[in-house]
Amino acid sequence: METFLQTLASGILIGGLYAIIGIGMTLIMGVLNIINLAHGQILMISMYITWVLWHYFGIDPYMSIFITIPTVFLIAEGISKYFLHPLIDKDSILPENQVLMTVGIGMVIMELARTIFTSDFKSISPTTTLRGEKIDIPGYLQNSIHIANISISIPLLIAFSISIFLTLGLFLFLTKTDKGRSVRATAQDKGAAALMGISTAKITILTYGIGSALDAAAGSLLLPIYYLYPDVGPIFTVKAFVITILGGLGSTVGAIFGGLILGLAETFGATYISMGYKDAVGLIIFLLVLVFFPGGLKRFTKV
Amino acid sequence: MLKVNHVDMSYGDLQVLWDVSFEVRQGEIIVLVGANGAGKSSILKTISNIKNPSHGEIIFEDFNLVTAQPHEIIEHGVIHVPEGRHLFNEMTVEENLIMGSLSQRAKPRRNEMIDYCFGLFPRLKERRKQIAGTLSGGEQQMVAIARGLMALPKILMLDEPSLGLAPILVQEIFEIVRNVSKEGITILLVEQNVRQTLAFCDRAYVLENGRVTKEGTGNELLNDEYVREAYLGI
Ligand SMILES: Nc1ncnc2c1ncn2[C@@H]1O[C@H](COP(=O)(O)OP(=O)(O)O)[C@@H](O)[C@H]1O
Ligand SMILES: [Mg+2]
Repeated sequence: METFLQTLASGILIGGLYAIIGIGMTLIMGVLNIINLAHGQILMISMYITWVLWHYFGIDPYMSIFITIPTVFLIAEGISKYFLHPLIDKDSILPENQVLMTVGIGMVIMELARTIFTSDFKSISPTTTLRGEKIDIPGYLQNSIHIANISISIPLLIAFSISIFLTLGLFLFLTKTDKGRSVRATAQDKGAAALMGISTAKITILTYGIGSALDAAAGSLLLPIYYLYPDVGPIFTVKAFVITILGGLGSTVGAIFGGLILGLAETFGATYISMGYKDAVGLIIFLLVLVFFPGGLKRFTKV
Repeated sequence: MLKVNHVDMSYGDLQVLWDVSFEVRQGEIIVLVGANGAGKSSILKTISNIKNPSHGEIIFEDFNLVTAQPHEIIEHGVIHVPEGRHLFNEMTVEENLIMGSLSQRAKPRRNEMIDYCFGLFPRLKERRKQIAGTLSGGEQQMVAIARGLMALPKILMLDEPSLGLAPILVQEIFEIVRNVSKEGITILLVEQNVRQTLAFCDRAYVLENGRVTKEGTGNELLNDEYVREAYLGI
């Protein structure tokens, strides 16, 4: 029973973090009509920035989201404006082929990372040296809190809390502001959105930025609990893809459920089957949902 | 008020408007009639500059629409309610109305206009929190018109608002159009419902294969032998 509750708690916490990765992908899919196969690689950019900020500047990984979010947002706006939008703007280029562009972007990011950082595994080291002075990692990064007999790792708890906070912020933005409503309008009916005076080109570029900014937050939050190397991107691209499908393609609320389901599937798989099959269990759940609920979990969704 | 002068327009290599000219004066109800594929929707798309004309000019109150951005055209009060309604199907009725008032001119009066629209369409008020995609066809058309009104139109361009509606609802929609006109909003109406619209419009233009082939007052065209034969089946 304890193991079960422990697994459940970890699954939900990691699921919350997965949710923001999935929501980012889902937003992009809704507005740009493409599967962003560079999603995990963009997340990796944020992980490397977070790592550099800790390793060379001694900045707390959680504080670094104030840097990774705007930086990745701007990088993604550039990618979207100069590489994706010119293709999406042309009806004659099929979405299938537009997706290939994201594959190319992902590869370039990966190879750049390999060139700059080599293929070595990196993670947040317990200490770093800044101008000859030793700095220890903030203590809370290595601690857990205990409720009854369940121990909850503080980094996971922080990641979950910040994810919830960002998700709520995103929902307020999407439902209560004109910009946010314009994002939803563009996803629902691009032609009608244009008739409302919305510049759908600008919204498309903005949406790729926002989706990637969520990804960036996830990258910073993941680094303390994950390892980092140039090929880590595709792992998260696949997770984001699975979440998006589970969530019913283009539904942000669905993506939250998708994230939670994937998080739970992975942790239960790791606990009850084998650590090594963690990712396989996620994929099996994915296939089961596809078979039994072909539309994903879209029925729960409005936004 | 609105002058369309010698406009040509093409989709790629396919030219669909040929030297189209017509005029809408302040306060009028003008109808464009014509068969399916005649180019009626294309004219409205050209006016709201969703499609660029290859030749000609479109002048609205001394403002050249051909070189303007769609949002500037909306800012000037030229509002296009598209064929097939095109609501935001996963948004509520109220959110759809809000989407109509994004322009700088309309935004400050948003709440007032929402109340106004709900006064005009009490049925929508009951359904303000309902998801637009779940409304009946007639209700959806009302939302589409209300969303257009939210933009504070000086001229409201309605593309086949009666499309796919039961006859009794068609009457209701035309009644609404007349009421909107009485509020001082100029109307440019596109219709295939020739007999009914000719009966209440001020003037009409007949469009065939992308060309304006006839014009006149509603009564003149109702009595025109060619129109009677081609469009009224008499
Ligand atoms: N997006 C488009 N691409 C290519 N041709 C189009 C497009 N929309 C309309 N057409 C063509 O333009 C002509 C006029 O269409 P339209 O303006 O929709 O006519 P109407 O509204 O009078 O039925 C038709 O021949 C139609 O096939
Ligand atoms: Mg038409």
